[in-house]
Amino acid sequence: MATELITSPLPGKILDVKVAAGDKVKEGDLLLTIEAMKMENEIVATVDGTVTEVAAKPDSIVQIGDSLVSIEEG
Amino acid sequence: MFGLLESGFQHFYWGNAVMLLIAGLLIYLAIAKKMEPLLLIPIGFGILLVNLPLGGMMDYEMLLKAPTAGTVVSIETGEGSRFDGETVLIRLDSGEIVSPVFGRVDTYMVASGDRVEEGDVVARLITQEQTDQEEYPTSPIGLLSRIFKYGVMWQILPPLMFLCLGALTDFGPMLANPKTLLLGAAAQFGVYLAFFLALLVGFSIPEACSIGIIGGAEGPTTIYVTSVLAPHIIGATAVACYSYMALVPVILPPVIRLLTTRQERRIYMKPQMRPVSRTEKTLFPLVTTVVVVLFVPSSAPLIGCFMVGNLFRESGVVERLSNTAQTTLVDILTIFLTLAIGASMPAENFLQPRTLLILVLGVVAFASAAAAGILLAKLMNVFSKEKINPMIGAAGVSAVPMSARVVQVMGQKENPRNFLLMHAMGPNVAGAIGAAIAGGVFLGILG
Repeated sequence: MATELITSPLPGKILDVKVAAGDKVKEGDLLLTIEAMKMENEIVATVDGTVTEVAAKPDSIVQIGDSLVSIEEG
Repeated sequence: MFGLLESGFQHFYWGNAVMLLIAGLLIYLAIAKKMEPLLLIPIGFGILLVNLPLGGMMDYEMLLKAPTAGTVVSIETGEGSRFDGETVLIRLDSGEIVSPVFGRVDTYMVASGDRVEEGDVVARLITQEQTDQEEYPTSPIGLLSRIFKYGVMWQILPPLMFLCLGALTDFGPMLANPKTLLLGAAAQFGVYLAFFLALLVGFSIPEACSIGIIGGAEGPTTIYVTSVLAPHIIGATAVACYSYMALVPVILPPVIRLLTTRQERRIYMKPQMRPVSRTEKTLFPLVTTVVVVLFVPSSAPLIGCFMVGNLFRESGVVERLSNTAQTTLVDILTIFLTLAIGASMPAENFLQPRTLLILVLGVVAFASAAAAGILLAKLMNVFSKEKINPMIGAAGVSAVPMSARVVQVMGQKENPRNFLLMHAMGPNVAGAIGAAIAGGVFLGILG
């Protein structure tokens, strides 16, 4: 059981978090949106699994590499 | 009593009607389609205002002088009636007095039978044309013509606008990966291609420079260069530039698809970029200003203003100045600049074959700028180990941050995990600087 940590690929402001701890997600599912350059960027799940932790908070500012969501594979 | 009050109807002609439709279209696109509303609403309204005859918002007064001595035989065009450029106004026994501008005669200072000497003022004309001020001096007498003259022609508003853009620009992504600077520079190819094509189809050199600079995809630069070199086409070049910036999501994708394979568009770029220190970001505007202005002195008003704005941003100690430039000041300048630009489009000036040519050359400039950026990115991939996604080359068409967004959307469509936005910002901001330098080069040679 590997844990996949999804980090922010770009600096911006978190708009909307679509998942909560315990949710089951599939690869490609929308996790959250980040606003950068007045543009909404969709962050998607990179693996199938269960969300174990959501570090992203709506309206907070993130930098590249900041943790957003952890997903336990499986 | 009301019969004496002159209405605009008798001066209204089909050209004004066409311009009102264009104004309506721009305002519709802005409101209904959210297409660059901050620019298109005031530009559209400026067009509307200048095409309502006798409103006088964009009027200039011009004193017409007799080119030769002679005796007035007849007055050919009555006071108050509208005429096109190159119309004979007065016939002398020694020749004709032709108006160099379109407009109407306010008053004649002479009557049939009068003797005039060369250089005598024979009529007071009202026009909305931007004339060559050395040859045909005019004075602005309307609100918008005053803003246009003292704001745009005196080159005050566009450089100040650049100051705001500097405060809005983060050079971090470019500094993190300096080779993206080259991609922004490559995109200036579009400027020079459009310049040569404009010469080929018969534009003068100053006009061709102003048309070429559309390819820089930078509004204030285009307005600045055109106001110095070819003010009579400023409406067309500004509208071409701003419209194509709004149309970047339509223009870039076909060019990108034509020049890249699916494989190339899927090239993944790691999000982690080299961290850029505050010292680097603070030194950048200082060093760039010194280097660029020494090499291309005539770019000083644009580059100097851009970089002082950027220093406000990056120094971290004048947040108030930086915030004002990013918000209030940029809005105020936008209102003045765009209203005045809209008002530079009276029907007589805008509805000409050359406007269509300028619009065509403008889109060629945009497309070839994108193409040059993509091709250089592909060339760089031949030589470098770490591959870059060639789509980010297209972001060298500055239109900040529009083209970077287009690249981001196309990249994520091919590969949902690929975030090219910040990588594309490098060429994107470099493109803006490149446009200002290209403009400076034109001005240095001709200005």
